[in-house]
Amino acid sequence: MKQTDDFADLYQEVILDHGRHPRHGKRLEAFDVTAKGDNPMCGDRVQVWVKLDNGTIGAVGFEARGCAISVASADLMVEAVQGRDPADTKALFEAFRDMARTGSCRHCAAELEAPLERLAPLSGVHEYPSRVKCATLPWHALIAALDGVKEATSE
Amino acid sequence: MSITTSFDVNRIRQDFPILSQTIRGRPMVFLDSAASAQKPRAVIDAMVGAMETQYANVHRGLHWMSERTTEAYEACRDAVATLMNARDRSEIVFTNNITGSINLMAHSYGRGILKPGQAVVISGMEHHSNIVPWQLLRDSHAIELRVVPITNYGELDMEAFEDLLRDGKVGLVSITHMSNVLGTVTPAERIVRVAHKYGAKVMFDGAQAIVHRKVDVQALDCDFYAWTGHKLYGPTGIGVLWGRKELLEQMPPFMGGGDMISSVTYEKSTWAQVPHKFEAGTPAILEGIGLKAAIDYVQGIGYDALAAHEAALTEHALARLSTIKGLTIIGQAQDRGGVISFAMDGAHAHDVATLLDRQGIAVRAGHHCAEPLMQRLNLDSTARASFGVYTTHEEVDALATGLERVRSFFK
Ligand SMILES: Cc1ncc(COP(=O)(O)O)c(C=O)c1O
Repeated sequence: MKQTDDFADLYQEVILDHGRHPRHGKRLEAFDVTAKGDNPMCGDRVQVWVKLDNGTIGAVGFEARGCAISVASADLMVEAVQGRDPADTKALFEAFRDMARTGSCRHCAAELEAPLERLAPLSGVHEYPSRVKCATLPWHALIAALDGVKEATSE
Repeated sequence: MSITTSFDVNRIRQDFPILSQTIRGRPMVFLDSAASAQKPRAVIDAMVGAMETQYANVHRGLHWMSERTTEAYEACRDAVATLMNARDRSEIVFTNNITGSINLMAHSYGRGILKPGQAVVISGMEHHSNIVPWQLLRDSHAIELRVVPITNYGELDMEAFEDLLRDGKVGLVSITHMSNVLGTVTPAERIVRVAHKYGAKVMFDGAQAIVHRKVDVQALDCDFYAWTGHKLYGPTGIGVLWGRKELLEQMPPFMGGGDMISSVTYEKSTWAQVPHKFEAGTPAILEGIGLKAAIDYVQGIGYDALAAHEAALTEHALARLSTIKGLTIIGQAQDRGGVISFAMDGAHAHDVATLLDRQGIAVRAGHHCAEPLMQRLNLDSTARASFGVYTTHEEVDALATGLERVRSFFK
């Protein structure tokens, strides 16, 4: 049997890099909405701040306390959602969650292919159902903020 | 103690069928026994054998199968009584796990015997199952909840403990006998002496301790002692509460139903004798039969050999892990068992656990159901390796090598 102990198929360089040096890992001074996400099972916490720009997502910042996957996911999320409107963002989240759970997005709209490709390094978590939540927690917080809800827990 | 003379871990391993499994193409290195232990063939065979040849409900039928099944199930009570050196088999109450045992205590002893205004003492290194039932009691029954602090070494602060007892308000002390996070073994005899001096009864959470050392409730002189079958190589679904008979007799029932009554009318019911008063409903029959086999298995090896094996493994692990740069071992108690928590600089415990898993090594990561302890330690989570009777020195070496790899990956 092939030994699949390779670290790198789960922790790709992108994840290590964004996990260690998140580009957007800071609180926004000026923002319109914010929400916290909490995974009570493992203690991961994240808060997301969003500045809206004519109904679309402008600047986004976050503070995360958690594993490399949750921090990297938050950082990659910010890049993926900037410039999108809330409905678009939710559709992207659904597609991303599907990918995190199954390893690929089975029914993805063509226009989501490009942003999903950017998020694809996180798809390795599908092997670890308990860690899918690490990847989706920042998204839950973001969606909660957009919906005007203060707190979210990962499902 | 004679060290490992009669102990051949490779022969022991053959008793555990699951250990021949491979994970990701590698031999399974299972270092998560403190969460739940693997089961020896004897336990599996006892349970399957009962289902195949000898099974009916217990304590009820007048027919052959029921009589034989009752005998087999009740033999577990005798085995537990012998294991713990209880004075009488009727002091052994079966529950569904230790969480059930502690909830029984919080309801029955807490609401039935303790008076509003009295206090319960727990410690700063309890599992949630020995915190939350007492909080519920506090909030519903005006019982004060006091917490013994722990030192920076991860030991109980025994002076503070005595201070908490001095006003004489404490009715019950409920403390872990061994921490599932720090591996600390608490000074049980001393705890009992001090508590009794101030008129408090003592219960121990022995979920971890009974796996690693001989528990003699008469020598400890405690009043209650609780544990859970699945960590002692037995099945899930069965737990134990031992209590002094005179105390159990004073306590009101916890759950009502069949098997726990003497007679029932609409006006009034009367209760069965202990322990059955606390055992409502059809018990975990197969699990009791399995637990009996597990106890026989452990007794066959003997606690001296078992403790010596784990002490040697723990010493080896502490020596190996302490050479890994950036790795901090959490808890430095003098008296400790085979449970070791650690944190790695620059790597979250979940990432460490996942990357160990990719090398076929199973450890636990998280708050270990002990969030207040994590807050005391200023940590969100730790990774934890824990050892069982089947753990080898080579597996500890694999852990150390695996951690070195994780460290260089995250550096
Ligand atoms: C010290 C301690 N107490 C209580 C428990 C709870 O055991 P159970 O879930 O079997 O009730 C555990 C294990 O999870 C434990 O380690």
